[in-house]
Amino acid sequence: MDVIIENLPQYWDGFLRTLFLSVVSGIIALVFGTVLAAARVSPVAALRGFSMVYVEIVRNTPLTIAFFFAAVVLPRLGITFQQFEVAAIIALSAYTSAFIAEAVRSGVNSVPVGQAEAARSIGMKFSQVLSLIILPQALRTVIPPLINILIALVKNSSVAGAFYVLELFGYGKQLANANGDAVVWVLIGVAFFYLLITIPLGYLANVVERKVAIAR
Amino acid sequence: MKAFLTRRKSLLVAASAALALSLSACGGSSSTTTNPPVAEKPSFAADSTMAKLSSAGKITIGTKFDQPLFGQKGLDGKPVGFDVEIGKLIAAKLGIPADKIEWVETVSANREQFIKQGKVDIIVATYTINDKRKAEVDFAGPYYEAGQALMVNKDNTTITKPEDVKGKNVCSVTGSTPAATIVEKYGAVLVPAATYSACLEPLRNKQVEAITTDNVILAGFVSKEPDAFKLASDQTFTKEPYGIGLKKDDKVFRMWINDQLEAFGKDGSYKKAWEDTAGTVIKTAPELPTIDRY
Repeated sequence: MDVIIENLPQYWDGFLRTLFLSVVSGIIALVFGTVLAAARVSPVAALRGFSMVYVEIVRNTPLTIAFFFAAVVLPRLGITFQQFEVAAIIALSAYTSAFIAEAVRSGVNSVPVGQAEAARSIGMKFSQVLSLIILPQALRTVIPPLINILIALVKNSSVAGAFYVLELFGYGKQLANANGDAVVWVLIGVAFFYLLITIPLGYLANVVERKVAIAR
Repeated sequence: MKAFLTRRKSLLVAASAALALSLSACGGSSSTTTNPPVAEKPSFAADSTMAKLSSAGKITIGTKFDQPLFGQKGLDGKPVGFDVEIGKLIAAKLGIPADKIEWVETVSANREQFIKQGKVDIIVATYTINDKRKAEVDFAGPYYEAGQALMVNKDNTTITKPEDVKGKNVCSVTGSTPAATIVEKYGAVLVPAATYSACLEPLRNKQVEAITTDNVILAGFVSKEPDAFKLASDQTFTKEPYGIGLKKDDKVFRMWINDQLEAFGKDGSYKKAWEDTAGTVIKTAPELPTIDRY
């Protein structure tokens, strides 16, 4: 127990970095994932094809490989960053957006076809149908799976600890090395700070779902 | 179907060729191993460890098998390196030729136990002397003083001393002592990695300016890729005295090894052992450190 209290500044620093990685990657993934889902249902065949290929490749690739690609392969190709957090955000948001795209697509599928037909019949363009009629309804129905994906994202951010980023998990390893006699407590501390992010997220999911749910 | 098979076959051939190439590239160190002249019928006080080993005509020496330049076992099964040369020199003084030495792999975690259990007679394995270990085993020496150093890209001229890394990205292993030193004493920005070899890519890609840990580990990396990396300097900025581990309270044996080390320092065999092995990368030949005759 003492080990957690003594090293609270490190835990806090790691916590903030984990939070930073999760929030930034989460926002990027939500935006990009929704775009991918929109492309998947668009009338343009090339967009549909791109979205499908992207989603299928990325969600079937282990996250570690995405990290390896962002942190090691991209620099080899001449795309270097001095901050490894950038590589972590690229890997996490690229990976997570594939899952978000699939969740949003399932939401789109849940919107009755009649909605789109009615919108078209009053003269709306595809972009209007999508942004005004389909997506607002689709997103509401998929709040729980979206939050699940974001919770997974928070936990997945720990992989960054193995790729040169000192976040919560990275500090955990450091503290475990320095306090060989209290490894269990060190890890309990790490778990606690993860729960500090993920449990409120789950709670948020319930609240939002109750507020925006559509009775069908 | 047939075309598919042949194509697969050729792929396989290509893959195995590539593997063979990379393997041969790995075993690049070609340090010459010498067999020092063996003492003929040396005499020792009866009951001493020297007398026992000498009359048995063989000795078991623990060393590392994965530490390039110090103790590394190649594909031919014979370990090479500075530690190995020191072991051979000591064996020779006992009248034991190099081919009668049994080499046992000792890793950092098992060294004290191997000595206590008698699995090895002595250990020469980049074995830092410290008080915690001295409570378990005895140390002859030190025979070399390693220390923390910096490795940089071959074309880097801006980093020559630890003070140069202030505010710069430096890679080291998460939680290691060198990592703490470079941050706390020299103000570097730590890029933490799981292993020292994981630091190589960021250095190559110039995402970090340097890698830091003991100079002997870094020298091992340099020996594998001398065209890519170099040591920032031959100077080290911490002290890690390497000793020869042996059973606790065998003072006679310990003092005898100390005498031999001093003799190697005088007759030039210490210098030669260095030049043949680690000296190929770390240019400054070490002075034999003052022996700690505790």
